[in-house]
This record gives sequence, C-alpha cells and structure tokens, in this order.
Amino acid sequence: MGKLWVIFVASISIILPFLCNSFSPETPTDRRVLVLLDDFAIKSSHSLYFNSLKSRGFDLDFKLADDPKIALQRYGQYLYDALILFCPSIERFGGSIDLAAIINFVDSGHDLIIAADANASDLIREVATECGVEFDEDPSAMVIDHTSYAVSATEGDHTLIAGDDFIKSDVILGSKKIDAPVLFQGIGHSLNPSNSLVLKVLSASPAAYSANPKSKLSTPPSLTGSAISFVSIVQARNNARILITGSLSMFSNRFFRSHVQKAGSPTKHEKSGNEQFLTELSKWVFHERGHLKAVNVKHHKVGETDEPALYRINDDLEYSVEIYEWSGTSWEPYVADDVQVQFYMMSPYVLKTLLNNKKGLYSISFKVPDVYGVFQFKVEYQKLGYTSLSLSKQIPVRPYRHNEYERFIPTAYPYYGAAFSMMAGFFIFSFVHLYSK
Amino acid sequence: MSSMISSDLLKPFKLKTKQQELLIRVSILCLVYILAFITRLFSVLRYESMIHEFDPYFNYRTTLYLTQNGFYDFWNWFDSESWYPLGRIIGGTLYPGLMVTAALIYRLLHFLRFAVHIREVCVLTAPFFASNTTLVAYFFGKEIWDSGAGLVAAILIAVCPGYISRSVAGSYDNEGVAIFALLFTFYLFVKAVNTGSLAWGLASAFGYFYMVSAWGGYVFIINLIPLYVLVLLITGRYSMRLYVAYNCMYILGMLLAMQIRFVGFQHVQSGEHMAAMGVFFLMQVFYFLDWVKHMLSDTKLFQAFLKITVTFAVAVGAVALGVGMVSGYISPWTGRFYSLLDPTYAKDHIPIIASVSEHQPTAWSSFMFDFHILLFLFPAGLYFCFKRLSDATIFIVMYGLTSLYFAGVMVRLILVATPAVCLISAIAVSATVKNLTVLLRSKNKVVQTGSTKGTSSGKASSKASLDQSQPFQKNGAMALLFGAFYLLSKYATHCTWVTSEAYSSPSIVLAARGAHGNRVIFDDYREAYFWLRQNTPPDAKVMSWWDYGYQITAMGNRTVIVDNNTWNNTHIATVGRAMSSYEDEAYEIMRSLDVDYVLVVFGGVTGYSSDDINKFLWMVRIGGGVFPVIREPDYLVNGEYRVDKGAAPKMLNCLMYKLSYYRFGELVTEYGRPPGYDRARGVEIGNKDIKLEHLEEAFTTSNWIVRIYKVKPPNNRW
Repeated sequence: MGKLWVIFVASISIILPFLCNSFSPETPTDRRVLVLLDDFAIKSSHSLYFNSLKSRGFDLDFKLADDPKIALQRYGQYLYDALILFCPSIERFGGSIDLAAIINFVDSGHDLIIAADANASDLIREVATECGVEFDEDPSAMVIDHTSYAVSATEGDHTLIAGDDFIKSDVILGSKKIDAPVLFQGIGHSLNPSNSLVLKVLSASPAAYSANPKSKLSTPPSLTGSAISFVSIVQARNNARILITGSLSMFSNRFFRSHVQKAGSPTKHEKSGNEQFLTELSKWVFHERGHLKAVNVKHHKVGETDEPALYRINDDLEYSVEIYEWSGTSWEPYVADDVQVQFYMMSPYVLKTLLNNKKGLYSISFKVPDVYGVFQFKVEYQKLGYTSLSLSKQIPVRPYRHNEYERFIPTAYPYYGAAFSMMAGFFIFSFVHLYSK
Repeated sequence: MSSMISSDLLKPFKLKTKQQELLIRVSILCLVYILAFITRLFSVLRYESMIHEFDPYFNYRTTLYLTQNGFYDFWNWFDSESWYPLGRIIGGTLYPGLMVTAALIYRLLHFLRFAVHIREVCVLTAPFFASNTTLVAYFFGKEIWDSGAGLVAAILIAVCPGYISRSVAGSYDNEGVAIFALLFTFYLFVKAVNTGSLAWGLASAFGYFYMVSAWGGYVFIINLIPLYVLVLLITGRYSMRLYVAYNCMYILGMLLAMQIRFVGFQHVQSGEHMAAMGVFFLMQVFYFLDWVKHMLSDTKLFQAFLKITVTFAVAVGAVALGVGMVSGYISPWTGRFYSLLDPTYAKDHIPIIASVSEHQPTAWSSFMFDFHILLFLFPAGLYFCFKRLSDATIFIVMYGLTSLYFAGVMVRLILVATPAVCLISAIAVSATVKNLTVLLRSKNKVVQTGSTKGTSSGKASSKASLDQSQPFQKNGAMALLFGAFYLLSKYATHCTWVTSEAYSSPSIVLAARGAHGNRVIFDDYREAYFWLRQNTPPDAKVMSWWDYGYQITAMGNRTVIVDNNTWNNTHIATVGRAMSSYEDEAYEIMRSLDVDYVLVVFGGVTGYSSDDINKFLWMVRIGGGVFPVIREPDYLVNGEYRVDKGAAPKMLNCLMYKLSYYRFGELVTEYGRPPGYDRARGVEIGNKDIKLEHLEEAFTTSNWIVRIYKVKPPNNRW
C-alpha cells in the first residue's frame, strides 16, 4: 500500500514521465556524463575540473562534438544522465545530436552544462536561448569592466573580470563562503524576462558592459551593468538543471590556479574562487545537493487512520507528508519551517504551515471549511535551490446529510410546543364539536 | 337458420344499450391506451432503445444511482463529477419524482420477476405515462362536458404532436411524467370543486405533491388555481364547494410540497407563490363576510362592515407583502418567471435563458405543426364552453387561454398547453358530432312525435317547417360529419407523420439522407464519449459548452466543468470566456480550472448545424455578461456573424474557432469546393493555418462532429 501511495504521489505531480527516464527517484545524483569538446586539448587544459568530477564518482565520456558516432539515446533509452557542452564553436553536432535532441534530453529530466565563449556558434546560442538566456548578439563582444577587473601584470583591456556578486544560496553554492573573486573572461548574457525559471548565479558589476574590446565603442552597448550575467542556472519544471556561462576559460586549470586581486581591493588572493565556485555549482547541477522528495502523503480524520474517500464540511482532519533531502549519498530528513499545505478549491480556503518532527515528517491538523466542493490538498514548495515539490491530492467535501443536523433545537421548543398544542387543541375541538349536544 | 341459432345462443349475452355503450367505451379507451404507447415507439424502432437528448442523461444517471444505492444515498448525493470544482448536491437540486417513479416501476417489475434493465424502464417511462394521461383526459373530459368529449379528448391527446414531442420512448425527462401529474391534479381539483368533497380535495393535494416532485412547472398550477378561484369569486360563483376544495388543496399541497428539498420553503417565501397565499387569505375573508352577512340582517350595516373589512384586509395584505419583500423574506420573482410574463425580458437580461432554443418564442408554424386542426377546433370549443358555462368549463377555459399565452412565449410550453387544447377541441368535436348525429337520427322521432302529439299550433308549425327543410338538413349534417371525419383522419395522419419524422430522433445519434436516399447514421457523440471513458484518466476534467455536460458525465463518466443544470452563471461564463479568448488567455483559465481535455462539437464536415460555432455567440454573450473584457462586437463584422475570410480577427483566433477548425483547412468536404469548405455554414473558412500552442488534438470522431483536445502541461523550461 505504501509503495502504491508513493507512485501515486509522484504521478500527480506532472513530472513522473520525465523522472522515470532520468535518474532513478531513489538516487537522484547523475552518474554518466557526456562531455562534448571542440578538441581534445580542452581535456587536459581543463583537467582540474574534470578530475574533481571524476573523483566524485562521475563517469565522464569525452567526445569530440562533431564525432559522427555520438548519440544521446539508443533504443529510446538515454545513455547519459548529464551533458557538458564545452564546445563553443561547434556549428553542427555529429551523430544524431541536434538542438531538438538536446532540448528533449533536458525535457526528459537530464542536466546540462553549457560553456560558451566569445565567437560562440549559433547552435550554442540557440541552445542557450531555448533555456531562457540570450548571449550578446555581437559575436566579437566580450564583457568589459573597468572597475572590477582582475589586476594583472599588464594593464590589458579589462576583459578578465573578477566577479564576486554571487547568488545568496547555500544550497546552490555550498555552505562555505567563497572568499576569492571568480575570474571570468568571455561573453555576457542576459536573462529572458519572460522566463521565470532562470536565475543569475554570478552577475556582473553595475559598471560592466558588453562590447568588442578591440574596436572603439561607436554605439551604446546593448548589454550593460548588472543585467549582464556571467553564470546562470535554470531548474526546469521537471527539475532538470542547466548551467549556462559565457566563458569556457572559467573552467580551465589556468584560471583555477591563478591568483586574483580585484581592482581597487587591497587583498590579494592566492587562488581564485573558480574551483570552489564551479565545483560547488556542479554538485548542485548534478543533483548532489538540493534534491527533495516527498513520500507518504496521508490524510485522515482526527482519531482515525484510514483515508476517507471524501470529507464532510467541518470535519477535523490531519494531513501529513514526509520530506527527505538527498545528501549525495543518502536520504536525510529535510528540516524546514516554511512548508505549507493548502486546502484548495480555486483559491486556498486553508493555508497552514506544516509542523515537522525533525525526522522528515510534516503534519498538521485543521478543520475542513464550511464549504462543499472538490478540494485539493496542495503542497507547492518552491525554495531557491531546491527541487520543487508539487503535490496535489483531490478530495471532495460533501455537505451534511439530511440526518446529520440537530433534530431538536432548544431554542425552537416554543414552536414545537405551539405545533403540538395546536394539534391537540384541534383534536379536542373537533371531538367536542362533533359529539356534543 | 344458423343465424337464428346463434342469436338464440347469444341471447343470454345480449347486452342492454347501457352495457353496450360501456363496452364500446372501455374498448375504445383500451385501444387509445395502447395507441398512445405504441405511437411513441418509433424512436426505438428507428434507432434503438436509448436515452435521448441532454437532460434525460442526467435523469438516467441519477435513476441508476437511485436503483443501485437506495433512496437515502440518492437523497444526500453530493456529486463531485459535475460542476468541478464546486460539485453539486444532486439530492437537493432536482425534482426526484421522475427518478423515484422509474425506480419504483423497476422494483415492481423485478418483484414480478421480470429481469429488465433500468435503461429499458427509463426509455419506456414517458410512453407509459402518456398512456395514463389519455385516461386522465377521458375522466377530465367527462367531468367538464360528457363522456363523449372525454373519449375524443383521450384520442386527441394520445397522438397530439405537442405532447409526443416530449414523451417519445427514450425522452426520459421530467415533462414525461409531469404532464400526467399536471392534468391529474387539475382533474382532481375540478372534481373537488364540482363535488365539494374533502376527499377529492385531499386527492388533488397529493396530485399536486406528485407534480411538485416531478417538475418545476408546478408553479403554473399554484398560480392558475388561485387565479381560477379569484375569477369565480369575482363572477359571484363562490360556493362552499370551492372553499373546501381550495383550502384543502392549498394547505395540504403546500405542506407536502415543502417535503421536496429543491422546493423547500418557496411556498411561503418566494414571490411566485404569493398569489396562492393571497387568494387563500382572501377566501377566509370572503367566508367570514359570508358568515357575518348571514348573522346580520341589516344590509346597510353589512355594507359598512364589508367596506371596513375589505379595506382592512387589503391593507394588511399589502403591508405584509411589502414588509416581506423589503426584509428579503419573500424573494422577488425569478428571471424565468419574468421572462414568461414578458417575452423580451430574457433577451435583455439573462442570456443564459435566452440561449436555450426551447426557450425561444414560438413560431406560428410550430403551433400548426404541433396542434394541426386543434388550432381551429380550439375557438369552437371555447364557444361551446361559454355556451354551457359551469365551474368546470370556466376552469378549462382559463387553463386553455393562459397556457396558450405561455406557449406563445416559449416553445417548450406548448407542452403545457397541449392537454387544454385537446380537451377544449374535444368538446368542440364531441358537441358538433353529437348535434349532427342527433339531427340525423332524430328525423323519424321528430316526425312521429310531431304527428302523434301535436301539442300546440306554434310548435306544430315550427316542426312542420323543420320537416320541410329536413332532407337538405340531413344532407348537410351528413356532409359535415364526413367533413369532421375527414379532418380528424387528416389529424391522425399528420400526427403519425410528425411523430415518425420529427419527434423520434434521439439527437445523440444523427440521421441524414445520403445522396441515393439511403439513411446515413452519424454516431459520433457516443463514439467520442466512449473514447473519453476508455482513454482518459478517471479523474480527468473535461471542459465543454454546458450543453454536453450531462452526456459527458453519464456516458463518458468524466468530471465536467459545467453542465445542463445551469445554476451557476459565473461558472458558465468562465467557460464561455475561455472559449472566446485567445489561446494563451484561455490556457490560464483552463489551468485554473484544472482542465485536462476540451471537447467541442463541430458540424462543418457533415453540415450538422447545431454545433458549437453556431452556438458561439451565446458563449460570447454569456461570458461577456460576467466578464466585460469579452465584447460581442469584437466577434462580428458590421453586426454580421461570419467565419470566412471576412470574419473579425478576434473571431478567427479565439479558442473555439481554433479548436473547431484545427486542420480543417486540409480537408476537402465537398466535391468541387476548395479545401476547408464548411458545409454547416456554406463558406470557406477564413483561417486555414491554425497552430495550437497549449493544446493538442487528442481525438476526432469519424465524421468530425466531436473533437477532443488535450491541454498540455506548462512548458518545462519557461
């Protein structure tokens, strides 16, 4: 019964078909990762990043992006859990991969990391556009920042930027604070305002702008200030996670090892923040962190244990759900004080914060409102960095049956008395009237 | 020789004239009873034993529930499958008479060991009650005129198309039993007035109770009877009989009617029922005055007393009514009631009432169609009624005139007028034929009596003149009799033809004539509903225009947003708004209502004209009535409703248009026409390149009549 229930809960959130195809719901962390490269030199020049992934148990499969044998799926089964596109200049993928294949890959719940660069190809730009971000249309443009550039030996053109405007989320960036700025050199992007799922993780300073560093600025740059994002993430509705950045060199060993000093700042960091930032981010993207699951959704009347087929208005009921968080290796109880349940019929009639017992069990009891109809228990839990929980369970609420009302109301006793005395009086009157004389 | 023997043998069986007449009468009644039943079976023979139309499917579904779960569950049934997410308290919002009747018949048959299915019972309930109505018509006719008129009334009503239209086999609707109940109540009341018997009054109260339990048309009774009483009071026909009949019927009928949950306290709280109560109190005042008059010998004193009492009573009544209205205890008249008194009311104020085709004002042709010669016999009958005025004939005249007015206001109320028209026409036929036959047969007698007796000279001379004109008169009478016979047989032919051609279509299965005169059956509705039943999740919610709600829940067994019980105008308007919005706006509405599937009915391929595109303006009107963002002129071009290239841009891109014509531009419907030629409207559609963003086609029936679309989940990455 419990197992059936789990399946049911999953099915009512729309994401089930996607979930099944990707990671198993039991262990959400990705395992098999396909890495597409422009050329194999990147494999060695970015080896620190790859090694950190490997050391965490990922099975990386390096392929050239134009390799004619590459494929994401075979016989309808996906061969990989995640895809890393380190191939900013690819015009056309080899094999059966194309834009639609990558989008389908994401839409079936798989994760994606895209690193573009200046001169990024149209294909990579299209993939990014599908994910809700738009790279600067000028192919030779780079992000330039004359105030928060990274100090280096040569004055340079200020395209090497020390970014430290991080998103404030321990779930996405890890609990350890990133002290050193992150080096960024590449193309900037902006978020599509109509997309509500995309977030800036590392954004540019207000003084940044996107232009060709080699030529004189003739027209005002189209992307300026903190509208520019260096690194963005998307968590799709099916909880597939996407990382998009305009700089491939961010991931390189050179940037990982480089010391960094932000312009105007006296502190000089021995090591840039890139390694910590990108490693922590990859943990989030590959579902090592921030993945929740809800099981054992139960509701019943107070004092009973069985789930009824429907409630009556003004019933007292108890609702409970267990929420666990994936720690990378096991499911740990999720502890939060902001999980809310709605008793919903077109609008929430009851909105209660669930109480948890620190062991993952969230529960609350409340009274069914004095309104009949088809209600839903809804838990819509969307917290920054966490996978969204969207549970709904339909339950009709019926009015009182005709015999559930009070039979005799004390205040009405005078009326009862009146009615019965009237009947008695009429009877006596008729009797007297008919049989007297 | 043999004839002699046989006559000898038959002698013991030889019946007296009275008995012969009785035998003939009973056998005629039996034949009429059977005829009324079998003439309504065309639909079963043509199609199959199935439930028709829209509302009957709800009645069928509830009857099924009643037989399976028992009365108490039925009474307290909260249906979560309709009006999602509001749900509907079925037990408290229906007239249970029909369902209980059918369930009782079903139980009785099973008790008698006839293992019939409840559907067969439901299909045949209406014809069965139509047969019973003929019996009531006979007794009613007998009560107001004579048994001859009763017989004719029974025959007329047995085949009258106005009644058959709502009582063919399969038309399992409230009206099927309600007309029986209506006529029965009237008959019992007239009987009570004629006899002054408390027992008949009680019986009419129970008849009224049955009527209240069966149909909302009971309001007609509770207003007609007080009106009748008032007329009798004014015309000085007040009698003790009337007092007994009305008081008994009103008080007991009211108390009984309150037992029906849907009616509840309306009898004391709603404006529609106040006339009855006013007349009730007026009766008491009248009785009181009568008594005072009896006690007082001084007429002058009585006149003064009368003045004071009447003024006082009227004032008290007016104040009570005023206070009740102002305090809200007495609810004002409902829109339906207003629209009955003022035919233009619904059009201006309540589009949802005006949108129903059977609520439209009646065309002359449909009077002719439904009544045929009765339309001419009716005035003649009125003449005879006025000639022999009695309490009973006053009643039938009033019933006839008021109901005929209502029939003119709304098509469906022809049904209510039909019994009255039949009865009054029967009086005309019966009286005429009787007079003619008396003329024919009286010749010898008159001569004999004239010759033997010859009492007074004046009389003799008149008899003589009568005798002289007799051959001519006899021929004339013969001719007139033949004429009457011819007309009546024409009536019978017409009725049968109408029944078989017009009123026996189940409307859920459509029939058309093919190019070679063969019958083509379109069974698309059931195809679609069974697809829904088989291929969608059990808790899927289907959005469609409200017409199809009952059918979807009954046949598709899926939850609907709105259905034919149009109790919540806002909810219907929301659906109307979704249908008339652009796709992305409609998508928001559908998401908020948890809609999984959208069902539209489309007649462009088959030329089926009562499809959703033709109903669309009502959706716009009803939607716009609640949500002013929907404006009717946006969908019209120069006040013209069109779907071709010249259509309004909003029309071409609204959800209903898109769903109806999706991929229709690729289809060639008629030889020699461009692709995308809409046969129902006879035009080439204006938008052939329809792309759907948030919906996808899930199922389209073989003749494209029903199209079902699935609502897609929101975009994964946006």
